[in-house]
Amino acid sequence: MKLPGRILLGLFCLLVAVWLIAPTIVVVPMSFNDKKSLAFPPSGFSWQWYQNFFTNPEWSASLVSSLKVAVVTAVFATIIGTLAAFGLDRMKSRVSGVLRALLITPMVVPGVVLAVGIYAVYLDTQLVGTMTGFVMAHTMLAVPFVIIAVSASLEVFDKRLETAAASLGATQLTAFRTVTLPLIAPGILSGLLFAFVTSFDEIIVALFITSPYLKTLPVQIFSSITRDADPTVAAVGTLLFIATSLVIGAGLLIGSRQGKR
Amino acid sequence: MASPSTRGAAIDLKSVSKHYGSFIALDEVSLRIEPGEFMTLLGPSGSGKTTTLNIIAGFTEVSSGSLDVGGKSVIGVPAHKRNTGVVFQHYALFPHMTVSRNVAYPLSLRGIANPDREARVRKALDMVKMTDFGHRFPSELSGGQQQRVALARAIVFDPPLLLMDEPLGALDKKLREWLQLEIKRIHRELGTTFVYVTHDQEEALVLSDRIAVFNQGRIEQIGSGRQLYDEPETLFVGKFVGDSTILRGAPSTSGDETAIDIAGRKVTTAKRLPGGAKPAMLLRPEKLSLARRGMGGRDKNTLPGRIGEAIYLGSGSKYEVVLADMSKAIVRSTLDAETFAIGDEVDLIFAGSDVKLLADDDKADLNLT
Repeated sequence: MKLPGRILLGLFCLLVAVWLIAPTIVVVPMSFNDKKSLAFPPSGFSWQWYQNFFTNPEWSASLVSSLKVAVVTAVFATIIGTLAAFGLDRMKSRVSGVLRALLITPMVVPGVVLAVGIYAVYLDTQLVGTMTGFVMAHTMLAVPFVIIAVSASLEVFDKRLETAAASLGATQLTAFRTVTLPLIAPGILSGLLFAFVTSFDEIIVALFITSPYLKTLPVQIFSSITRDADPTVAAVGTLLFIATSLVIGAGLLIGSRQGKR
Repeated sequence: MASPSTRGAAIDLKSVSKHYGSFIALDEVSLRIEPGEFMTLLGPSGSGKTTTLNIIAGFTEVSSGSLDVGGKSVIGVPAHKRNTGVVFQHYALFPHMTVSRNVAYPLSLRGIANPDREARVRKALDMVKMTDFGHRFPSELSGGQQQRVALARAIVFDPPLLLMDEPLGALDKKLREWLQLEIKRIHRELGTTFVYVTHDQEEALVLSDRIAVFNQGRIEQIGSGRQLYDEPETLFVGKFVGDSTILRGAPSTSGDETAIDIAGRKVTTAKRLPGGAKPAMLLRPEKLSLARRGMGGRDKNTLPGRIGEAIYLGSGSKYEVVLADMSKAIVRSTLDAETFAIGDEVDLIFAGSDVKLLADDDKADLNLT
């Protein structure tokens, strides 16, 4: 490519990159504001909103709740989703296509519709504002992501390796544990991450089934920003931004190292 | 170590059939393999040889018939309980394990712990000459190296029976020839019963004690390579094993003699087919000779033809001769014989006693790959 073309392409890429990350980056300076307003650019520098996030029980409790819900959800969704993906993969009948579509529906159905339904059922069963309620709802939302991620790695998994393992003396279960599982582990791991994130930043259903005693972080952010323009929101956003960047960065690093083999 | 003949298991298939819906993959196949024998299942693709191997390995269940390994019925015994080594065409090494861990895998499953396990892994890798590759991953090895590791993994647990499904099919010719000799050596050293599937008749001849020739779900003939080449029982076997020339035409018999009319010229042999089957004559390339048109061979069968292809082989020449009825004859001649060029008019000469008289069979023309 000639030089002017290169420069043009570079500029265009830069523009797209800025456009994609600007909304996220804007939050960072706002979180260091010295006044209690979500102003950009900020008028001065202070750490007080970070301090508030960790000391104010309303904020720290919601973070803990969110982490709890997300971790339990991720574990359940990963187990259910992996087993489902494996079953669908091995199913010979045509029913598997229908089943797969059915299992994916929570991803496609509008969140509000699901939320209303879940809320109605939870009211009758006293699950509103409970840990169990949150985990059940979020697991349902997260399972499709795990199924998709695990199915993708089962797609490229060479089933003949299981035949080979059987010839060497492995029962079906042993073959699954020692051969299949390690080879589809990257898919399961990415499913786990997806499930965690799905639960961690889920807001629609959470708004319906939340209670004063159990608030997840997104609900807390939402109510905080609708009540007053508290820059703690920006501080939370910045922390989340750093945390996710680190996780994804580590994931990419591990992935590229495995890819070299 | 026990003496070779007692280490291998005998295999006995009796009237084994396998149906997939209305398709018959195996039709009443019976085959006995002796302990320690190197048996090759040879045939074109879809002939039932791999189905037979899968049945012995336990990957496929029989539709009917019996299968004994080492004197015991294994019908209904799952693959992981059969204690049978299997080598696949696609290697099937576990990509997430090093070579050592791959080879140690069947030992770990059998509860064999270190240092015994390590010693046996080393011994198996020594046997396939891959001693220094233990720490490598399969993706770091060439195809031939991977297949040698797969072989080590299949023999490390001392199975009385080793099955190989076209193990050299994905490798180039030179490597294939070298590994054939390696496999032969390993068979000799282990004394295990080997069952080897291939569609390559040369490979079968190099390796086997005996060969079972499969066609369309049936066994056409079982015998040593020499028997199959010299005394084929069916036209299919004659065509599949080694080069051959088939002469077909209107037959006539008188006394003990059979004659075939090829474009107006009669060739005869002092043999008769039992029953009323239509005869075809099969001739091996070295039993045929060539002469310039009208020169010599008066007391023998002669057929006029034209050289269609002349191939220099180093040790001699190979000719394809187009006969009057447009069929083709294959002739091999030695270095000192007269040479011919494409288009030369020649006489194809052969003795009636060298003719194999076989029942003509449409099945022989199908499925040749």
